[in-house]
Amino acid sequence: MNIPYTSTARPDTGLYNAKVGIWLFLASEVMLFGALFSSYVLLRVGAPSWPHGYEMMNIPLGTVNTIILIGSSVTMVMSWASLMMKQFSKYKLYMGLTILLAVLFLVNKYFEYSAEFHHGRFPRTSTYFAIYYTLTGLHGLHILGGIIVNSYLWGPGSKMWNTDPQRFTNRVEVAGLYWHFVDLVWIFLFPTLYLL
Amino acid sequence: MRDDTSKHRSQKQVEGVGVGTAQVHAAHAEHHELSFVRKYIFSTDHKVIGIQYGITALLFLLFGFTLMMIMRWQLAYPGEPIPLIGALLGPERAPDGVMLPEFYNQLGAMHGTIMVFLGVVPLAVGAFGNYIMPLQIGAVDMAFPKLNMMSYWVYFVGGVTMLVSFFLPGGAANSGWTSYAPLAVIATTGQTAWLLGMVFLITSSLLGSINFITTIIQLRTHGLTFMRLPFFVWAQFVTSFLLLLAFPPLEAAGIMQLMDRLAGTSFFMPSGLVVSGVPLPYTGGGSPLLWQHLFWFLAHPEVYVLILPAMGIVAEIIANNTRKPLWGYKSMVNAAIFLGFMSFIVWAHHMFMTGMGTVISAFFQTTTMIISIPSIIILTAFFLSLWGASIRFTTPMLFALAFLPMFGIGGLTGLPLGLAPPDIHLHDTYYVIGHFHYVVAPGTLMALFAGIYYWYPKVTGRKMNDLLGKIHFWGSFIFLNGVFMPMFIQGLAGVSRRLYDGGAQYAHAQEVLHWNEFISVSAWLLGLAQIPFIINFFWSIKKGKKVEENVWQATTLEWSATTSPPLAHGNFVQIPEVYRGPYEYSVPGAQRDFLPQNERA
Repeated sequence: MNIPYTSTARPDTGLYNAKVGIWLFLASEVMLFGALFSSYVLLRVGAPSWPHGYEMMNIPLGTVNTIILIGSSVTMVMSWASLMMKQFSKYKLYMGLTILLAVLFLVNKYFEYSAEFHHGRFPRTSTYFAIYYTLTGLHGLHILGGIIVNSYLWGPGSKMWNTDPQRFTNRVEVAGLYWHFVDLVWIFLFPTLYLL
Repeated sequence: MRDDTSKHRSQKQVEGVGVGTAQVHAAHAEHHELSFVRKYIFSTDHKVIGIQYGITALLFLLFGFTLMMIMRWQLAYPGEPIPLIGALLGPERAPDGVMLPEFYNQLGAMHGTIMVFLGVVPLAVGAFGNYIMPLQIGAVDMAFPKLNMMSYWVYFVGGVTMLVSFFLPGGAANSGWTSYAPLAVIATTGQTAWLLGMVFLITSSLLGSINFITTIIQLRTHGLTFMRLPFFVWAQFVTSFLLLLAFPPLEAAGIMQLMDRLAGTSFFMPSGLVVSGVPLPYTGGGSPLLWQHLFWFLAHPEVYVLILPAMGIVAEIIANNTRKPLWGYKSMVNAAIFLGFMSFIVWAHHMFMTGMGTVISAFFQTTTMIISIPSIIILTAFFLSLWGASIRFTTPMLFALAFLPMFGIGGLTGLPLGLAPPDIHLHDTYYVIGHFHYVVAPGTLMALFAGIYYWYPKVTGRKMNDLLGKIHFWGSFIFLNGVFMPMFIQGLAGVSRRLYDGGAQYAHAQEVLHWNEFISVSAWLLGLAQIPFIINFFWSIKKGKKVEENVWQATTLEWSATTSPPLAHGNFVQIPEVYRGPYEYSVPGAQRDFLPQNERA
């Protein structure tokens, strides 16, 4: 017997299974990053002195990365919308762009990190850098996870479009919800670590 | 109107039969194709995963209990060589069989960690939740079977990481199960293994809880509304939310402690820390208190993760053996939801002694007093359910009945700890150990044993032996109290819980020191009392009395709608429909004293 509501919505909840699952997962992610942001607040309030982010960080590079991530969220929505309109080739294009932008973000992050290391700023240098590397590192891992999932959906996973298009569209939607969340975390990270 | 719907339903049922048999055949064909590995090891069937969880968790419980039995030797007879196994421990742990203080600390930390994270929670949620919950809601499997499999194997890897850490240089983690900073940050390598193990366990419980909640929301069968769910399902539902939302902050804290240990950051390291006259190479500026906040933000809801599934099991067994509806089902459900919510805002009552300030203490002692109300509502509902019943004293019922006063003692002794002034006296004494063990050991473990005896026929088709079961019950009940009751006496006298010699060097402990031997002997006898259970557990698989499908004459779907054991693939011959609430026992005018949920009026 097959598990019901894998691709169609359950009438009384209006949701298919994976959508419930991803929202629950995101709720737990909110608690994960929430705990780290709370720790940031607590450590900063308790510190005798705390450097301003804008004195430490490369703001232009951070701004470029913010724009890249917002752009990737837009292309992610476009890829899902293309599937809804049954335009598979457009889906391939937009999903490919999403992955490309995500990789670009990590490349930028790599240059940022190596510049910091070059200046002798390591996690152990100060509590500011400790939380900076922890938060951005964890966020970077989330980007990496998104790249892996999206690449699967772009490449081998996209075969499902021919066998079960509804379920494949759902998968892209769920991956999109995750991707927007990762984007949103950066929207909070950027002002907290770079501007304040 | 009503006739219309029933006609519609019966039509659907007829269709259902046809589809059902076809699916059964298909399922059987598929069933034969599965290799041994896919069927028993990397299985995606919730029943197999439930059994995997159950057996692994029982083994960890036995292991964690063994650690404690070794510790109790040192507490009863400080400095004397441990008999039998002392020589096996090796010179770095116990030279000439005499336990070293460092090894004692490892045993303490790992006993707590293993019992909570690898024993009780995986048994209560991973095993019972996985096996029973989908059957009770009439689902063919969990919503995400592959995630379910992954959840078990990640848990397994986490458990192995914890076990292997005993063989690292310096041994396993030795900073207590709470891993307070800065002690844990400067501890031996075992602490890193502990943190990595915890990351695995947190990931496992995250996957599990997403799966449980989605399954309960999405896969309830036709007619099974939320207020018709058995209380056990409600308990698992609330528990899963606690696991989902409370564990991530500990994961964050774990990552930060790993950074402190491996990258040299100072999240939890205060400025100017000097250990043994040597200043530590940390920049400082961190907050040891931050660790405690993040840790207890998980660890207090964790207490309710330990107790709620136990309450769920007891609810099923009490309703079944009193042959009455549960008294106040709706109040119990509301109490459980309120309990889950409140459990997120009581954590700092573990921290009254940290100097976080009287205003914060006042807030948290108020919320702590409030959270005792829903627990009392649930316990009261259980007691009132017994009122006027002609109780069947089956083996599971004995354990379930014992849960009530034991959890009552555990809960009531917690009240003085929840108030800041008495906590100053009782903090970190054996009183605290007595309190939470009454909740978890004579409380939750009794309920889990009740669940094993109750659902064993569901899993195997055979009943466990009643005589051995009763010996197991009375032995466990008497010796559990023998272990934990004297701890209240010692704790009120002010004996600290963390002493390697059990308090022998302290003047105020001398009056109550003789209890150490009594407690230890009780603990070892408690160990002996588990032997009938172990024999019974294995013997009954092949030799237990074969019983009918609904052996307890129960109303819930796992008994009334499927075989024992249920079909390997898909659980039900035909997906049941639900027409009534979960506990319709002794309904006036009915032919039998129970009306199954899937039986039409």
